[in-house]
Amino acid sequence: MNTTAAGEIILDIRHLSTVFKTDEGRLPAVTDVSFSLGKGRTLGLVGESGCGKTVTALSIMRLLPQPAGQIVAGRILFDQMDLVRLPADRMRRVRGGRIAMIFQEPMTALNPVQPIGRQLREMFLLHAGGLSPAAMRRRCIDLLQRVGIPEAQRRLEDYPHQISGGMRQRVMIAMALSVAPEILIADEPTTALDVTVQAQILALIDDLQQAEGMSMIFITHDLGVIAEICDDVVVMYAGQVVEMASVTRLFRTPRHPYTQGLLASIPRLEHPAKSRLETIPGMVPGLAEMPAGCRFINRCPHAFLDCKTPPPLVDLGDGHSARCFLYGSGRESGA
Amino acid sequence: MHGVLLEVENLRMHFPIYGGILRRRIGSVRAVDGVSLAVSGGETLGLVGESGCGKTTLGRCLLKLYTPTSGTVRFDGQDVLKLGKGALRRLRRQMQMIFQDPFESLDARFTVGDILQEPFDIHAIGTADERRQRVANLLARVGLDPAGMTRFPHEFSGGQRQRIGIARAIALAPRLIICDEPVSALDVSIQAQIINLLLDLQKEMGLTYVFIAHDLSVVKHVADRIAVMYLGKIVEMADAESLYRSPCHPYTHALIAAIPVPDPAQRRKRVLLSGDVASPIHPPDGCTFHPRCPFAAARCRIERPELRPAPGTRDGHHLQACLRAAEIRLPALHWLKRQNGR
Repeated sequence: MNTTAAGEIILDIRHLSTVFKTDEGRLPAVTDVSFSLGKGRTLGLVGESGCGKTVTALSIMRLLPQPAGQIVAGRILFDQMDLVRLPADRMRRVRGGRIAMIFQEPMTALNPVQPIGRQLREMFLLHAGGLSPAAMRRRCIDLLQRVGIPEAQRRLEDYPHQISGGMRQRVMIAMALSVAPEILIADEPTTALDVTVQAQILALIDDLQQAEGMSMIFITHDLGVIAEICDDVVVMYAGQVVEMASVTRLFRTPRHPYTQGLLASIPRLEHPAKSRLETIPGMVPGLAEMPAGCRFINRCPHAFLDCKTPPPLVDLGDGHSARCFLYGSGRESGA
Repeated sequence: MHGVLLEVENLRMHFPIYGGILRRRIGSVRAVDGVSLAVSGGETLGLVGESGCGKTTLGRCLLKLYTPTSGTVRFDGQDVLKLGKGALRRLRRQMQMIFQDPFESLDARFTVGDILQEPFDIHAIGTADERRQRVANLLARVGLDPAGMTRFPHEFSGGQRQRIGIARAIALAPRLIICDEPVSALDVSIQAQIINLLLDLQKEMGLTYVFIAHDLSVVKHVADRIAVMYLGKIVEMADAESLYRSPCHPYTHALIAAIPVPDPAQRRKRVLLSGDVASPIHPPDGCTFHPRCPFAAARCRIERPELRPAPGTRDGHHLQACLRAAEIRLPALHWLKRQNGR
């Protein structure tokens, strides 16, 4: 029900809810999120800061900050396992081994006091034991070459601070790929990079994914990046999925007023100079003050009476759905 | 436009590097390396380039927040770098700055009212009541509730804090504002609100902007003219439309070609620039862009390019610094194909 005609589903997230326990009480970071990742496909998870996209990814990886972050409901199905209920030791084998993740700032994800080569070897020790030191070194060099790092042999001895941001992100990608994961989760991997380096990294990720037949969840706030590399898109707002479709449908016929507003507010090269941009008025409600009904109600140009109750995710056909009363039966009863 | 307001000539800012046991000067970072430009009153000059290209340093030199190694900065005919403290302070009423992260530039211990009132206090403008009234007007002008005066910066969201930063910058009705990445930390929907606010204020107050950013779609939207920087130098400068339609320098072309286009029907084989930006401590000889340039020839490794009129132009409205500009043919830009396709 959730994906487009994607064929086999490799990861199925059903009714996931994650909360953070804070001094202000239990904050709902992610509420009733369902989507599935088709095998070999790239799914974009898009939304603005605080929309829950990273928390969703960390829930899948079971890497939520402890003890504050907790999955309180739902299932995450992967290869007949429910990752939510998987014992810690088995989860460790899935994480890094079969599902890998790369982060926005590779400087904080890499160990600053160890040479790159040693950090790469560690991946092999953990997930592919039994290799001789010489073989391991060869595989490390091979990996660095595959992600486009020049003079790979010399780079093994470098520390993370000795190489550029783009190179560090390549090293992170090499580490993630070292174990040939089935799923790669990339959390804003190019956001901290310059535009020409971003283009290099996107091309690299694209090529590697094609070559390995990997499935990927790509998290970003940049709709341009989504349009360039994703097959399917899930739009999140205030902890919920508000729209879901194939990338072509989402950009051609966005249905949720939030998605429409987001697409309209991007500055585009073909706009006349100094013209006013479309905006979404107001701002996202805080997690502690979430409206009971539609969470977009305070910013929506179409809000009507019905929106005071929570809207369902309406199936619009062809794998396209939107969480809005404008579609389906809601409209008539409200008008 | 009302003639030249800001004029920069051959500006250099070299930061010394000290090393060794005796902490002797062992080299320098050439953050800005011979920049000349002019900005007319009421105009927006966009300053773009990748991290480390010197755009932020240049912005700070313009206000003498850094004292440049050499060169001149003239504001309305006055030589900014030669002014004494008092004169500089008076001049700064007319030249303001907006930062990327307003949170770092707003003192967390003061209320928003106090922060916004400070400029009026320093320059002894109006009575206490009048100052409060002015602060309330400022907040309303940037789209905030004047009741927010009694609250502290941390109680506001990122977009609201940027509005406060803008309110502070326009408090004394300046003529020039240096905007240093004012929207790059903001979400798309908030970014659009702030861009509109800056455009409105420019129209109403006749402001002149130097708009520093790395996001080329944003810059094209706000700027009249754009200067592209690479390793401390301007490599191309033109009005926004010519620069994006017919860039002459391979670096400008690569920057524009690398912008992700929010349209899945426009997916393409990307033109990739190899490698990273070189170090401004040891910039390459000749054209500093040659190690990454797909068009580099033997002379590019030796000769230093100067800014010259672009091929086919004469009046200096389109300047560029590629030695081979007249010989090379840059591939067509995808965004133009898209526009023509409609």
